[in-house]
Amino acid sequence: MATFNFELVSPERVLFSGDVDAVVLPATEGDMTVLAGHAPTMTALKTGFLVITNTPGNGRRILVRGGFADINQNGLTVLAERALPAEELTQEILDHEILQAEMAYDATNEPAAKHAAESAVAQLREAKAALNF
Amino acid sequence: MPSLKDLRNRIASVKATQKITKAMQMVAAAKLRRAQTAAEAARPYAERMSSVLGNLASGITVGPETPRLLAGTGSDRVHLLIVCTAERGLCGAFNSSIARLARDHATRLMAEGKTVKIICVGKKGYDILRRQFAQQIIELIDLRSVRQLGFEQGDMIAQKVLARFEAGEFDVATLFYSRFRSVIAQIPTAQQIIPAQIEATGTSSDAVYDYEPEEGEILTTLLPRNLTVQIFRALLENAASEQGARMSAMDNATRNAGEMIKKQTMTYNRSRQAMITKELIEIISGAEAL
Repeated sequence: MATFNFELVSPERVLFSGDVDAVVLPATEGDMTVLAGHAPTMTALKTGFLVITNTPGNGRRILVRGGFADINQNGLTVLAERALPAEELTQEILDHEILQAEMAYDATNEPAAKHAAESAVAQLREAKAALNF
Repeated sequence: MPSLKDLRNRIASVKATQKITKAMQMVAAAKLRRAQTAAEAARPYAERMSSVLGNLASGITVGPETPRLLAGTGSDRVHLLIVCTAERGLCGAFNSSIARLARDHATRLMAEGKTVKIICVGKKGYDILRRQFAQQIIELIDLRSVRQLGFEQGDMIAQKVLARFEAGEFDVATLFYSRFRSVIAQIPTAQQIIPAQIEATGTSSDAVYDYEPEEGEILTTLLPRNLTVQIFRALLENAASEQGARMSAMDNATRNAGEMIKKQTMTYNRSRQAMITKELIEIISGAEAL
């Protein structure tokens, strides 16, 4: 299977850099899978799991909160505002994230921001359920 | 001529000072390593961010629809200077060189008849600038309670700046910080952050991009985030520079103290010797007189 270059950077560090088969992005307009040769696209990300596949049937999950994905001929670059690999996630971290998202929800009155915060809370709750906490 | 006791006391006190500066140097070296890795880890994000922004902005024609963070307010009457310095002193010329750069910038703008407003991040810069620009300083952001610099601090400052921008309090914002080149070289830097400075990439501008959601919408979310990233990066670079500057300042201080001890010990030994000789002469001449 054709591979492409993928980089995942958060403000604190570079989380992933290398060749991959496929990446599933939690884009704001719905999840999308990026394969090699994807058309140049730029998309905003919402809160959710990003799945990296290097070998078929083997995925690595990383929880990202907000950010951007830039797909061009050189590969895929994801700028995540916050990124936490699934194996580093603990219940405390998730609870803290949920609390922050809920606070963001309460703090704003704009419908768009309100909606984004609401979906972030829902996503985080889902993540918590998926990880059996 | 100081007495022998005075000299002994003086040597002891310089030795104590040397111990302190030596310890501070070691602490700074340990902190530097951490700060340096943090600063270097933050660089890729900031670089990608500006290249993505560059890609995006090169495809956009400036019009009334363009976000003001990119296009500016259309005037440059009121300037905001964000001066990032350390919370602590004893780090050589680190704080004063950033403050000097900001001061020169401010006096030049004021000579041109512009209004200047200053936000100080860090107490030391505030202490220096307060003397001359007491009226211009509108806010002091204190990061003393922060142990580990995180993205949140960058975000906090960016939100404050954005709120002021939205309220129309200023037209142009410039960030002052010290870029970390190496342990001995930190470069005080002024960087304009509002309106955003876009570097022309020109490499991939021929590719047709799909935007999800719309181009303008992405740009409106990307620009504030870029501001946060740039400020966060400045904070990290500053933290690394501060430790680097402190390390070399303390290294110098330790060496100076060593020299001083050597000189004082020499004087001490000389005067002790002189005293003994004098006593011997007294005894001998006393015996001869008999």
